[in-house]
Amino acid sequence: MNICVASGKGGTGKTTVATSLALALQSEQHDVTFLDCDVEEPNGHIFINPDIREIENVFIEVPEIDHTTCTFCGKCADLCAFNALLVAGDSVITFPELCHGCGGCRYFCPAGAVRLTPKKIGTVETGAAGQLRFVRGRLEVGTALSPPLIEAAKKKIMPRGITVIDAPPGTSCPVIASVRGSDFCLLVTEPTLLGLHDLDLAVQMARHLGVPCGVVVNRAQEGWGIIHDYCRRQDLPVLLEIPLSKKIARAYARGVPLVRADKTWHDAFRQLYRAIGEMVAGEGTYCHQR
Amino acid sequence: MRIAVSAAGPGPEAPAEERFGRCACFVIFDEQGNVEEVVDNAGKTAPEGAGVLSAQSLLRRKVSVVLTGRVGPKAMRALQAGGVAVYTGIAGTVAETLAKYKSGRMQPATPSAGSPGAGRRAGRRDG
Repeated sequence: MNICVASGKGGTGKTTVATSLALALQSEQHDVTFLDCDVEEPNGHIFINPDIREIENVFIEVPEIDHTTCTFCGKCADLCAFNALLVAGDSVITFPELCHGCGGCRYFCPAGAVRLTPKKIGTVETGAAGQLRFVRGRLEVGTALSPPLIEAAKKKIMPRGITVIDAPPGTSCPVIASVRGSDFCLLVTEPTLLGLHDLDLAVQMARHLGVPCGVVVNRAQEGWGIIHDYCRRQDLPVLLEIPLSKKIARAYARGVPLVRADKTWHDAFRQLYRAIGEMVAGEGTYCHQR
Repeated sequence: MRIAVSAAGPGPEAPAEERFGRCACFVIFDEQGNVEEVVDNAGKTAPEGAGVLSAQSLLRRKVSVVLTGRVGPKAMRALQAGGVAVYTGIAGTVAETLAKYKSGRMQPATPSAGSPGAGRRAGRRDG
């Protein structure tokens, strides 16, 4: 079972929810992996404190041109959707920072003048905290391309067991790379207009990907029902509410996971997992696909 | 010799455009100042590498001088490799910019001009 924790809006509590869910399930003897896909700013380790045991470099293949065989026909430049190559007179200039590593330039070069060379885009780090398996992607500084790194990190998912994926914020390519293929998408939001706006985008994204979803309302307050109203209209379940509380904020500030700060959360997160399990088993009940 | 001016509209009376990669079109003149061609700039809507796309289009059209406001480092590298002279310091309209160039009052652009990702996504992450 792969559960992706996403949000649309940043700072709603994805990492708080993802780490507590992983820790609560791991203590119940499940085989659990926490996978930090927020590769631009991974921070799940602050709550989980893992020992990193293995670091792998991740590469994409970028073009290098053999100018002795190149005919400067410009096919590669025409083909590239990201403008990573350009023909200027009798030279071909490459911009590896724009390349997405598809290899199309080599495949279609009529002169066979394109060679692909690896370019490091980041690392995938694997470790553990007690019985909890921990994996995170870290994007190389200066690299703007995270989906291939997220894909590489997701290769570490065990076929059996539970993986809790901490997605980056937003609804763009890195988030889609994180959510795609998950059994369930848990959307964390807050009862503000900004939270609601971005939740709606995230719900549309998850539905487009065909991933069933449910909502966690963080910093919930009595009388602020905008998220509940929205979820009712959308036929989306609110699976958990975390109240706006000084006690929780204090624990968060010290890097203490919710489930360790207050044991009652343990049960709440296990209950959350059971609810997700039931929804995945009866898929389609809550998430109407287009 | 063909001279391209980055423009906000398709003609000599249109305002000249400060941005090279994101301008609406290029007005291309011959040496006598006659309009030879107006080219829509494909870079205007490119998600990434707008300047590279604009530069490629001008290189294909055998332009030898570019008059614009700002050129990013990637487009600058491309234009220089193609032997294109780049001048900055546009005037109000396209025609006025051409006149300014002819009177020698525009500055040759330096290779360090501009910074990457000044366009739509401003260097933000994307897939």
